Amino acid sequence: MSIAPESYIVRGATGDWEIVVGLEVHAQVTSKAKLFSGASTTFGSEPNDNVSLVDAAFPGMLPVINAECVRQAVRTGLALGARINRYSRFDRKNYFYADLPQGYQISQFSDPIVGEGEVHVELANGASKAIGIERLHLEQDAGKSIHDQHPRMTLVDLNRSGVALMEIVSKPDMRTPEEAGAYLKKLRTLLRYIGSCDGNMEQGSMRADVNVSVRRPGAPFGTRCEIKNVNSVRFVMQAIEYEAQRQVDIIEAGGTIDQETRLFDPNKGETRSMRSKEDAHDYRYFPDPDLLPLEFDEDFIEAARQSLPELPDAKKARFTHEWGLAEHNAATLVGEKESADWFEQLIDELVAKTGQPIAKIAAKASNWMLSDLYGHLNKAGQNITQCPIDPARSAALLALVLDGTISGSAAKDVLEDMFATGRDPLVIVEEKGLKQVSDTGALEAMADQIIAANPTQVEQYKAGKTKVIGFLVGQVMKESRGQANPAVVNEILAKKLGSS
Amino acid sequence: MSVDKATVERIAKLARIRIEDHRLAPLAGELNQILGWVEQLSAVDTDQVKPMTSVVDHALYWRDDVIADGSKRDEILANAPAAEFGFFAVPKVIE
Amino acid sequence: MTELTDLSIAEARDKLAARECSAQELTMASLKAMDEARSLNIFITETPERALAMAESADASLKAGTHSPMTGIPVAVKDLFCTKGVRTTAGSRILDPFIPTYESTVTANLWQAGAVMLGKVNMDEFAMGSSNETSYYGSVINPWRAGDVQTVPGGSSGGSVAAVAARISPCATGTDTGGSIRQPAAFTGTVGLKPTYGRCSRFGMVAFASSLDQAGPIARSVRDCAIMLGAMAGYDQKDSTCVNTPVPDYEAALSGDIRGLKIGIPREYRVDGMSSEIDAMWQKAMDWLKDAGAEIVEISLPHTHFALPTYYIVAPAEASSNLARYDGVRYGFRAALEAGDGLTELYEKTRAEGFGDEVKRRILMGTYVLSAGYYDAYYLKAQKLRTLIADDFAHAWQKVDAILTPTAPSAAFAFGSKPDPLAMYMNDVFTVPASLAGLPGISIPAALSADGLPLGLQLLGRAFDEATVLKIADVMEKAAAFTARPADWWRKGA
Ligand SMILES: [Mg+2]
Ligand SMILES: [Zn+2]
Repeated sequence: MSIAPESYIVRGATGDWEIVVGLEVHAQVTSKAKLFSGASTTFGSEPNDNVSLVDAAFPGMLPVINAECVRQAVRTGLALGARINRYSRFDRKNYFYADLPQGYQISQFSDPIVGEGEVHVELANGASKAIGIERLHLEQDAGKSIHDQHPRMTLVDLNRSGVALMEIVSKPDMRTPEEAGAYLKKLRTLLRYIGSCDGNMEQGSMRADVNVSVRRPGAPFGTRCEIKNVNSVRFVMQAIEYEAQRQVDIIEAGGTIDQETRLFDPNKGETRSMRSKEDAHDYRYFPDPDLLPLEFDEDFIEAARQSLPELPDAKKARFTHEWGLAEHNAATLVGEKESADWFEQLIDELVAKTGQPIAKIAAKASNWMLSDLYGHLNKAGQNITQCPIDPARSAALLALVLDGTISGSAAKDVLEDMFATGRDPLVIVEEKGLKQVSDTGALEAMADQIIAANPTQVEQYKAGKTKVIGFLVGQVMKESRGQANPAVVNEILAKKLGSS
Repeated sequence: MSVDKATVERIAKLARIRIEDHRLAPLAGELNQILGWVEQLSAVDTDQVKPMTSVVDHALYWRDDVIADGSKRDEILANAPAAEFGFFAVPKVIE
Repeated sequence: MTELTDLSIAEARDKLAARECSAQELTMASLKAMDEARSLNIFITETPERALAMAESADASLKAGTHSPMTGIPVAVKDLFCTKGVRTTAGSRILDPFIPTYESTVTANLWQAGAVMLGKVNMDEFAMGSSNETSYYGSVINPWRAGDVQTVPGGSSGGSVAAVAARISPCATGTDTGGSIRQPAAFTGTVGLKPTYGRCSRFGMVAFASSLDQAGPIARSVRDCAIMLGAMAGYDQKDSTCVNTPVPDYEAALSGDIRGLKIGIPREYRVDGMSSEIDAMWQKAMDWLKDAGAEIVEISLPHTHFALPTYYIVAPAEASSNLARYDGVRYGFRAALEAGDGLTELYEKTRAEGFGDEVKRRILMGTYVLSAGYYDAYYLKAQKLRTLIADDFAHAWQKVDAILTPTAPSAAFAFGSKPDPLAMYMNDVFTVPASLAGLPGISIPAALSADGLPLGLQLLGRAFDEATVLKIADVMEKAAAFTARPADWWRKGA
């Protein structure tokens, strides 16, 4: 991976500008109950239904931590290759807002649960880049304010209040919208692999605060703006592009950038200042006296480590180095846990059916899956989890190709049928008579017939123009209505022409 | 360190407590009196001292991840000064 | 003949068990005394129907033999404890109206043990005060008068101690953050115990300063405090700072035998301006202890002097955050708004009108010491001092088993006599150090001042060693033989 990441430059009137991006990703921890209360985390319930007296901050209510949220944060830290802090604690972040019942958010400020780590992302030009992780901490989500359902009132629903979030803070290591997009995608993949967050950005289980600044290449960091709560990879990339250009325009016009919180409007593709967050914040962090420090021993961390599945980078290395997959295929397959899982099941089934070593079949199987099968899925607008054909049937189809029972082109027809009907491939092959003829007796007769019918080509062959054999093979294939095994036909013809 | 009227105004804003103008100066005086008194702590050398965050010296109890609460909207809203359609209601906020 | 309202918990318990009186008779006597003492402004909310119903079921369990030592005992509840279905105010307008749908763990434990709730008693607003003059519901009047001069009952548990001193109730729940059980107990000739931080659950108790708040018993004898603490204390998974350690039989610890115990006398507690009568009481107490076979050891707690300023950073800081939830959105008071007022005005007006001056002062102070640029100089500094203060005690426990000091630097004072906040804060000079270190402490009445007001002695002990503190206090109580009681001038027709 020696290719340098492509440099992304904003060309201004006064010269080139480099952009600097850091992401703070809020990922909802997969847990049944909230971080500090026993209320459910279920999405889409009636307003204020998943709320305990703790979540609504009634007088005298106290937080009690959910072990699963701690465990998932530690697992995530390990997946990010990050340092797990043996000692961490919770702080209060004090501010007033209608959907923040306590008047403070319980978060981690000075001693987060997870320290520095690193994530590797692959870019379109084949380059790879390491993005630093600054920290990961646990904190409470806020409730939801609804501004458009009542003419005079804002309505407050506390169902999300107290749901556990992991805030994953990157270093300002990204220099292009593409890198930011790739980082967010990679993070999402990792979280989904280990099951610590469902990664569902539409439902808000994952959202990004995007810090953007611009500078002359090599100059110190400029003033940054924070674009809050962007909820898709595409929007993150769009927001960065827009925001960088906006900042360049301001600076080039002689202005300065105000450090502020902004909002991305996906309809207009613009960012704009957030009025409600205008007043300067002074969060008055201090250790939450209602909670004691979180302390871990080696055994706890080791158990969390043991519970991790194979992570995408390791899986990709295994696919390429041990299984012989093309780099690109391996990268695509491990990009989603579901596709990697599906592929591995396919290989298991295929090995069981053919008895062939993995290294001999895996590359072919990956090509088939990513071009043939994904071709159908894409056309149907489906993803691998919605695939109407399971890995076992797919392996049955591929086994027929591998043992020469059907030709590659026949396999495409069979797949088409399977995709539409879900039928067994062998049934389709039988019904459509797609089995290749490898019976030498029948093929020899056909070869003799074609040799007799094409004296000109036979002469040419004998005169040294051996390429003409392709024409003769084609004639035999035609005669067999495509069912002859072309390799066998070639062999028979060569033998007959050479010996006469 | 001394507190002036502007500082009282700023912290009152942070604490979301409206203070009448004529109360700012007297409050600054009261706070300064207290702050002047606590200033004596600066005489103690605490460079090597760990700050206390809890007098309790034992491990934090971790709850199991089970749903054991919630589904009590009536109770949650029972004391609300204003509630509409199952929500708490506050004056409209412009984002 | 002794009136039922004069009975201690221990005496009432024995009479109830012997069927010499019923819980309902006991409760009715208390309700009558409550009615007669309205002028003392002790109760914010009286719950006579509930009391009678609880007494009735106490009688049933006495009959069935399923009772415990607190069964049928009337209790006055500080209005800082949330009580299900009963208005809870914390002495503040901002919780008007608020009716909890839940019960605090401490009161739930008491009701579980069969105790009877008489009502909710007055207190300094959010427990911030040492005189009970900051309550939105008006000041509590101390049953003890200096001649004709009315005095404060101390605070913040002023209603609790007054209910016990006025013989409305044999006991009351209190809470102590910097001295709020011990100082008012000293001002009213009652016995008040602040347990170790983590001994009683804070769940359902309106928070003032979370790292300091602790519930405890107030009664008329050490034995009664031992009995009541046994019912209040215990592990609670709903409070992460509550400690999982067994609750011993505190009453059984009152063996009367303190021979060989070492009692520390901290030299730093001899402060300037302490009255000679308090000093004399302190000296006399040392003699009682020596006579009982204990050893008096002079010790040093070098950072004592810094405890009060440390406390007045830590407690307001935590309070500023704890009281942020009172915003007029989910419960309690909401200010009337004008056209065009938004969320910010809702907050600012609600909190301006809902909180009293002392609470506002402390919220502002706490906000300031946590704010950007000041955190290290104030809050962090105070937390470091707190470590030093706790270390002082840790060193002392290598030499002594308990520490004896006066409870407060003066007797109860007249209303309005301490208009200066700092002068008011000085009331807690002897109680605050143990609060910062999370240690248990008890105050027992030991003498009368020249004005005829009670004076208290404080005994401090090791963390979770309430048993030793109670044992020594019990011996001192017998030696002090404090039998004075306030003339019942408040009684109608008296
Ligand atoms: Mg953030
Ligand atoms: Zn966050």
